[in-house]
Amino acid sequence: MAAHKPRPLSPHLQVYKPQLTSAMSIFHRITGIGLALGLPVFVLWLLLLAGDQPTYDKFIKIAHTLPAQLALLGWTWAFFYHLCTGIRHLLWDAGHFLKIKDVYKTGYIALAVSTALTVYVAYQYLWVAS
Amino acid sequence: MVEFVLPKNSKVTEGKTYAAPAGAKRTKTFKVYRWSPDDEANPHVDTYNIDLDACGPMVLDAIIHIKNNIDSTLTFRRSCREGICGSCAMNIDGTNTLACTKPIEEISGDVRIYPLPHMEVVKDLVPNLNHAYAQYASIEPWIKTKSPSPPADRERLQSPEERAKLDGLYECILCFCCSTSCPSYWWNSDRYLGPAILLQAYRWLADSRDEATGERLDNLEDPFRLYRCHTIMNCANTCPKGLNPSEAIAETKIMMTKRQG
Repeated sequence: MAAHKPRPLSPHLQVYKPQLTSAMSIFHRITGIGLALGLPVFVLWLLLLAGDQPTYDKFIKIAHTLPAQLALLGWTWAFFYHLCTGIRHLLWDAGHFLKIKDVYKTGYIALAVSTALTVYVAYQYLWVAS
Repeated sequence: MVEFVLPKNSKVTEGKTYAAPAGAKRTKTFKVYRWSPDDEANPHVDTYNIDLDACGPMVLDAIIHIKNNIDSTLTFRRSCREGICGSCAMNIDGTNTLACTKPIEEISGDVRIYPLPHMEVVKDLVPNLNHAYAQYASIEPWIKTKSPSPPADRERLQSPEERAKLDGLYECILCFCCSTSCPSYWWNSDRYLGPAILLQAYRWLADSRDEATGERLDNLEDPFRLYRCHTIMNCANTCPKGLNPSEAIAETKIMMTKRQG
């Protein structure tokens, strides 16, 4: 019998419909990576805060540029999103909210709460603090 | 291993288009994945325009209509046509389901049909399930006992409450819609057992008559076999029988934790 050409792999990400279940799962990971990358910046901030005034002022000036502000907003959301979905994971591991209906309900709650907390922090920063 | 793009020999190209028969009033477009081992071509998507008035209501009816009337080379598995054999599992309109229980009218726009995702394709819509079956065998899906067997005219008894624990588990028809919807299974199917097999593993853990719970848990205690489940939940979302593999896996993880005391 003649040797066959190798069999192909059927399409996966290319054809599978994005849905809340998988989307929230991958964003839990992405925000986790984002937070890990943000941690050194946060540590640098604290280190400079303990250092001399001119260097700290320089850091704060950079932190007030638009890209830095957007990154901080992103990190704030990533923090709250990862926190909410993290709690959701703990509840699942304890055996709760595993029915699809509850998975969607807790998913929408996590999205709403993390967004609301982000908006609240941004509001505090923009209007109350300044 | 995580690979987002398809290998070179698996890239899907545009195929042939078959027009609807003249005079057809209600037509629907079906885009179907095709691959044959007998030529050198890459996989391609053929487009079939079907007269819905000449065809039954389910997606499987349409596929059979194509094979009988338009293109007899179209290859797929089917048997019971009533959602109990699991043969016609495929990716329809972006999610995995059984072609025989999926009404055509539920799908708006073109009907896109692919084999179960991230599987080796034997031909057209037929995936190679050898590995999944071997994984099924690896969990030893049969009752295992140590206590003496009851007399030949008696069974091992089970209370109605104990029997109720098997509801939502025994109904699985091993169509592998769930396993092939799971990104974790896509990337790690060589070592991760996947939702279908783990639901079956739990079916025996949950059975009050089975006496090998310890060994069964030992066999699953592995960073890949069980713990590659990250509760993504695509499995429960796609199961054509309405079962919940993710819940069974969570229960298994809880059993693992509890036995450590």
